Order: sequence, then structure tokens, then C-alpha cells
Amino acid sequence: MAIEVRVPTILRSYTGGQKSVEGSGDTLADLIGDLDARYPGIRGRLITDQGGLHRFVNIYINDEDVRFLGALDAKLNDGDNVTILPAVAGGALDDAAVVAGSR
Amino acid sequence: MARFENLLDACGSTPLVGLPRLSPSPEVRLWAKLEDRNPTGSVKDRAALFMVRAAEESGRLRPGATILEPTSGNTGIALAMVAKLRGYRLVCVMPENVSAERVKLLRMYGAEIIFSPAAGGSNQAVAQAKQIAAEHPDWVMLYQYGNEANARAHYETTGPELLRDLPTITHFVAGLGTTGTLMGTGRYLREKNPDIQVIAAEPRYGELVYGLRNIDEGYVPELYDPSVLTRRFSVGTRDAVLRTRQLLESEGLFVGLSTGAVAHAALAVAHEALRQGREADVAFLVADGGWKYLSTGAYDGTLAEAEESLEGQLWA
Repeated sequence: MAIEVRVPTILRSYTGGQKSVEGSGDTLADLIGDLDARYPGIRGRLITDQGGLHRFVNIYINDEDVRFLGALDAKLNDGDNVTILPAVAGGALDDAAVVAGSR
Repeated sequence: MARFENLLDACGSTPLVGLPRLSPSPEVRLWAKLEDRNPTGSVKDRAALFMVRAAEESGRLRPGATILEPTSGNTGIALAMVAKLRGYRLVCVMPENVSAERVKLLRMYGAEIIFSPAAGGSNQAVAQAKQIAAEHPDWVMLYQYGNEANARAHYETTGPELLRDLPTITHFVAGLGTTGTLMGTGRYLREKNPDIQVIAAEPRYGELVYGLRNIDEGYVPELYDPSVLTRRFSVGTRDAVLRTRQLLESEGLFVGLSTGAVAHAALAVAHEALRQGREADVAFLVADGGWKYLSTGAYDGTLAEAEESLEGQLWA
């Protein structure tokens, strides 16, 4: 089962510089496990020691935020697109501004 | 009554218009809340007015005071107007890669601008503003990302207006930036009817904008409470441009790019309702018109060309 995963610049050190990689899994947790087997260390950047999604990481399945789809239990299907992005706010309609390192 | 004593009183009570051509069917309808009809042309007038009033009432803001705010545009413009009318000086901290129109408007209103490096994304604007605030303890930073009056403006005005004009509303879709619009409007709507879906559309920019060195440097606005939302979409530049053009082509609405992203999410949920055979009244928020973005290249050439010219720009 092939799922395309788009990797943000800050995590490409794990994927040998690749912008997008393929993975497989029935759930997001499975997919991340699969990726970590081939790109060791990437799991630790996405999931905290407590086992939840890192607060400043947003992951989308077909453009929808996984936190509203069951988070790590979100279901995946062949052909889905997964996008990983750092939580830089950026504001939608509103102001973009915001950011990082500001707290 | 469409007569007001002054410009500030004319904030809010914006029109909600049906979009018969874009709506998937007579049973699944799309509605646009035209926030570009506010005094300075964006939804931010509501938040600016409420934040300034709250600061005046609490005594933080006194006549002649200086307001400092990290903003890449609309909030700054709205605050500049309110500040001018209420007698305050405004200093805005904004990334240098925002559109030229915004800078010109701010300067016309008399605001002073401190630019933060484009390379720091918009990230650095807030950090820099906080630093400047620490150096000038007498300046007042309203801080839209964490100011409860920002969300309250929508809880007290945008939400009630929507429910009054569209009692059958099933979905509310808006952009996610400071999160104030969605938090305030969403809370109000769901308190009145828990079945209403509150959907966020956030812009997904080109890679340059996500120039973070480390995930730990990420940021989530203090106002954000995910329990208010039912779904959240990330909308890429191409989809936002496509919908922005479609709104003009089919319904005559000339909107800013962030509204294109919001319309994309609204169309997604509307078509989903159609497939499921449900009736739906999907209202989405038009945060501003397209005027301030003409120089970005979003409205010229093919979609691919527009996407290319927007790379690296904060288009929302």
C-alpha cells in the first residue's frame, strides 16, 4: 500500500534530503512506524515520549488535520497523501504573522 | 438603519449573501459573509475595535498612548484606523515580505512600521514585537494572538449576526490565523446549536515560509482551543488561487486569497453533504477583498504562474 508523505524542510535530514517519500500502514501510527524503520529518528520528531503527536507538528491526510480524524489512529488508504508541517501559524485569513520562538 | 454617528459605529452587521451558482444544489447552499464591508475592508476591524475598547476600559490604554502590534496586515490597518480616531500612536512589527499595498495603507494611516526579516518567516515578527515591548514598558501591546477581546468580538457580533441571518446554518467555515474568528464565532454557534460544524481552513504556503530550524520553535496562538472546531483543512496555494478566481467568475465576488482557501474547504464540505444526501447551509467568511493582493501576481496568468509568483509570500 503506497502512501505519499510530504516532508518539511526541517525533517529532510532524516530522509536524505527527499521532499517526499512513500510509506505504508493502515493507520497513521503504522505509517510513522514504517517510515521510522527506513528513516531512523523521524518518529521521535513527530511523536512525544508520552506517545502523542508533538504539539508543534501538524499532519494532514488529504489536506485534513489528523487531530480531527483520530490523531495517530486515523485510518489510511492506498493513494492517500500525507503532509507533515511544522506549526507555524501563519494566518489564514487573518494576519499571517506569528510565530516561532515567540513564547 | 444604515446611518451611523461615526465610522467606528459602522463596524460589523455585514451582509450574508447566497451563492446560487457555486452551491451544489437547492438543498445544499453556500453563503458568504462579506467582512470586506467593514470600515477598513477586513474582518479585523471587529477585533481591533474590541481590543482597543477593552484596553481603554481596563485603564491600560490612556490618551496619547503608543500601541505596538505584530501584524502582517489587516489587523495593523484596522488598528491604524481605530488609533487615528481615538488618538493613539501605532507601531507595527511586520515581516518584510508582505504585500506593498499593506505597507502603503499603514503609512497613510500614520502607523510606524518596524520590519522583521523575511527569512524568519512571520515567526520573527512576534518575537521582535515582544522584545520591543520589553524595552518600552509604557507601550501597549494588544497581542491579537492571545487577547480574549479578539475572540469575544466574534462571540458578541459575528456569531449572533450569522445565526440571525441564517437560522438553518449547518456549517461555518473561516480561516485560521490568530484563531479569534473561529474561536469566538464557533463558540457562540455551538452553544446555540451543538450540531453546527465549525471548520477551519489554514493556508499552506510555499516552503520558504516554513523556514524553521527546529520543530520546538513552532507556535500555536494562545487563543486556540481545538475543541471548538470539528474539522481543520490545510489548503495549498494553487487551490486557494483557483477558488479565488472561481468566486469572481461565478458569483462576482472579488476576494483576497485567504478567502479562496476558505471557499475551497466550504466547497469540500458542501459536496460531501450532497453525496450524503443531506441538506446543508454552509456559511463561510470573506475576510477581505482582493485589492491588497493585486501586486502579488495571484490574479494574473495561469494558475501555475500565479502559484509561482506567490512562492515565499505570506498570501493570507
